[in-house]
Amino acid sequence: MAMFGGAYNTIAFDAAKCDGCGDCMTACATAKTGTVDQSRSRIQIVGSEHDGFELALCRQCGDPKCVTVCPAAALTKNGDSGVIEWNASKCVDCLLCTVGCAYAGIALDAGSGHVAKCDTCDGAPACVPACPHQALTYITTSRIYNEVGDWEDLFAPGLAGCQGCNTELLMRHTLRRVGPETVLATPPGCVPGMGSVGFNGTTGTKVPVFHPLLTNTAAMLAGIKRQYRRVGREVNALAIAGDGGASDVGFQSLSGAAERNEQILFMVVDNEGYMNTGMQRSSCTPYGAWTSTTPIGKGSGGMPSQGKTQDAKNLPLIMVNHRCEYVATASTAYMQDLYDKLDKAIQASKRGFAYLHVYSPCTTGWRFPTDQNMEVARKAVETNFVMLWEYNPKDGLEFTRPVDDPLPVTEYLKAMGRFRHLSPDQISHIQGKVVENLAFVKQMAHRQSA
Amino acid sequence: MEHTKYLVVGSSHAALEAVTAIRMHDAKGSLTLLTRDPHLPYSPTVLPYVVSGRSSPDGIFLRDEKFFADNRVQLKRGTALKALHVERNAAELADGSEIAYEKILLATGASPAIPPIPGIDTVSYHVLRTLDDATKLNAAIKQSKQAVVLGAGLVGMHAAENLVKVGAGVTVVEMAKQLTDGYFDATAAALIEKAFTDNGATILTGSRVVKLAPSSKGVTLTLENGTTLEADLLLVATGVRPNMAYLNGSGQLVLHDKGILVSDSMQTSVANVWAAGDCAQAKGFFTDSKVMNAILPDATEQGRIAGMAMAGDPGLKTYPGGVPLNTYHFFGRHAISVGSSKVPEGAEVVTRFDEASGRYLKAIFKDGCLLGIYGVNEFFDAGVMCQLILRRIDLSAVKQRFLAEPMKVGREIMSKTWR
Ligand SMILES: Cc1cc2nc3c(=O)[nH]c(=O)nc-3n(C[C@H](O)[C@H](O)[C@H](O)COP(=O)(O)OP(=O)(O)OC[C@H]3O[C@@H](n4cnc5c(N)ncnc54)[C@H](O)[C@@H]3O)c2cc1C
Ligand code: SF4
Ligand code: SF4
Repeated sequence: MAMFGGAYNTIAFDAAKCDGCGDCMTACATAKTGTVDQSRSRIQIVGSEHDGFELALCRQCGDPKCVTVCPAAALTKNGDSGVIEWNASKCVDCLLCTVGCAYAGIALDAGSGHVAKCDTCDGAPACVPACPHQALTYITTSRIYNEVGDWEDLFAPGLAGCQGCNTELLMRHTLRRVGPETVLATPPGCVPGMGSVGFNGTTGTKVPVFHPLLTNTAAMLAGIKRQYRRVGREVNALAIAGDGGASDVGFQSLSGAAERNEQILFMVVDNEGYMNTGMQRSSCTPYGAWTSTTPIGKGSGGMPSQGKTQDAKNLPLIMVNHRCEYVATASTAYMQDLYDKLDKAIQASKRGFAYLHVYSPCTTGWRFPTDQNMEVARKAVETNFVMLWEYNPKDGLEFTRPVDDPLPVTEYLKAMGRFRHLSPDQISHIQGKVVENLAFVKQMAHRQSA
Repeated sequence: MEHTKYLVVGSSHAALEAVTAIRMHDAKGSLTLLTRDPHLPYSPTVLPYVVSGRSSPDGIFLRDEKFFADNRVQLKRGTALKALHVERNAAELADGSEIAYEKILLATGASPAIPPIPGIDTVSYHVLRTLDDATKLNAAIKQSKQAVVLGAGLVGMHAAENLVKVGAGVTVVEMAKQLTDGYFDATAAALIEKAFTDNGATILTGSRVVKLAPSSKGVTLTLENGTTLEADLLLVATGVRPNMAYLNGSGQLVLHDKGILVSDSMQTSVANVWAAGDCAQAKGFFTDSKVMNAILPDATEQGRIAGMAMAGDPGLKTYPGGVPLNTYHFFGRHAISVGSSKVPEGAEVVTRFDEASGRYLKAIFKDGCLLGIYGVNEFFDAGVMCQLILRRIDLSAVKQRFLAEPMKVGREIMSKTWR
């Protein structure tokens, strides 16, 4: 009996996209029974046009009741794949498993006279590609938990970050992925602030790390990478910089390194301000947001202050216009997407300049409860306030997680305190910008593919 | 004296689920599993298939030695609990040795009940509850030409089917007016009976055996109406009684009636003592009184609750009460029953029967909620139906559709309610 082992891949269903066409059931019946009899499909779409469609499908339970009630030891959880496997030669057709399962995950297949259940087709489920509406996806994020969990954590165990900080997650994941053959640059900001450069003569990382100025990060890192190349050693040159250090005073060196196509990976942790020095605004701070330098109050000269009065600079789009080897935006709420992009960025940085822009909600500076980081990050994407896309010179710009039916931006704004004061006018300004930005990025995506 | 934190007595469904539940919460506390059976854990439910030869006796084990080693469980096979000494938290074993426990689970299940028919101790007969019973019966069945099965419950009917299939003449004698009483109604029972008679078996319902005597063939049975039957193989399958003879001495303090009385967290009346499965008498879902619900799914559920309670798992949800349910496969057909077979006052019974296909459906509703559903050759998801009953979901709005397509509508409600 497998008790909590690793994480497993799973078939996910988006009810909003399903129109009940039944193509998945035909595909399953074909793959499993050699017939097109949908009643024999292991995946069952239930419901109706007016009520919405839903799913009856084995969940490959961690604590499977079908297994516990099987008297013949015919059902077992495969510890590697997570799939609940049915052994035809042991089964005695007693149907007790259909009593145990409360989800109709295992049922009588009248055509064969035996019970049948989904086995995820050995990791390539036939139903998923058959869906014409992408309502079914095969989620393989489990790789992150299993594989990545085994990689070495290259950050010191104790970090001086705020409780619930997204940046720690990002640092640990990123360094795990790039691995020990890395030189790391962390300019002033939250990353060294919470300990990358270490204390009392020891570094906070298990890879060489240095602390450049805000203004010369990309230049210094490019020089170091060139020196390693000259002595014939292959290393990853990685910068983890804040949005302030990248979009304001650090921009000329960043732009220069991108223009020279230096072989480095520049990651920006965008928490939309100078958070570790007391939450000052940066050029990435969005319109209307409270920061300590864009306060809320009476203001002066009869002009009340209502947060930042300018819109944010769209740094990743500016980087696209450098025609870098790779540019992408990412979010820790979409880990699989982030990992895919990290993999591509590492590869691209061996050829030239790779830029990864990660939106990183800040519990202290944005004012939301410490357990809400992922929720805020997810809402940013679900409202299109933040868009996830990637670019390379060959394929152009493509959305990686298009949001067809975005939530109103207020769903995002109300999740945190820095927008609490917004007037209706300000809100409609922000909503207008979301629409405009989307149209702009769509146009770029379109132009590139045309 | 040997000492253990958790002592689990029995090695079947209730006991194994308790072990899993304990280990989910307490990975290290010493755990000893004691069973009088000499084999690795197996289910009594699979035994009819060992009898028929379909399941090989070494392919039915529910756990292997490695499971117990990996989970740090000390397994003692072939070791029976003889007496429970609750005043000093000690279990006395058949060999006279004792194990001191901090907490004990009695998951000793049941054994065949032997009816007090005059002459029964003068004849040889079979029962079916242990693997050794099954291997003996498997050998005997091949020799049999003329078998009699006493009792038309599911155990008896399973055995009768196997006897028919090896070509023996089979007679089933049942006291009640119909077979599989308690799970299936007269219509369903008639369908089951017809399948048997079509295959050459004789079913004598409403018949009582008044005398048993040895004969040259084997056994002579005398029925109440005076007729006699000859049998070369006699199987007694007239029900079960819980194993609780070890409650002598101070164990008497553990309150028991038909079985060991337990609370909604499977605790007995005595501190540090829990009971679960076929030996326990717990709350019924349809009645406030405590009932015997000697079925496999209930044994696993009770075992899990007991294990969680013993380990102090805060995730414990108390027992909602036993719901009778069963699935029965016979001659390639199937019958499923979920819920109360009694029809309380004010309840509504709906049936549908298609003689040509032999499909039969019956459902009992009260105040819009499902109380029970029964089908012959009409498949529906019993686990889903059980949830509809336990959650008391109001089906008034979809009742007609539900009766037409219980499987489809059950799944729809599932996917919207507890998915
Ligand atoms: C032939 C047959 C068919 C069945 N078919 C079905 C079916 O289709 N559906 C269904 O739901 N149920 C069925 N059942 C009933 C089902 O098997 C039981 O409900 C279930 O096994 C109960 O589990 P349990 O753990 O409570 O007890 P049991 O399975 O009875 O196990 C009791 C355990 O305790 C041990 N034990 C007993 N006394 C002592 C002692 N003094 N000391 C140490 N150990 C002891 C035994 O060795 C055994 O390991 C069937 C039963 C039989 C016999
Ligand atoms: S069949 Fe049901 S109980 Fe078994 S793993 Fe699938 S969903 Fe869980
Ligand atoms: S039908 Fe087969 S898999 Fe299901 S419980 Fe019975 S023996 Fe096990």
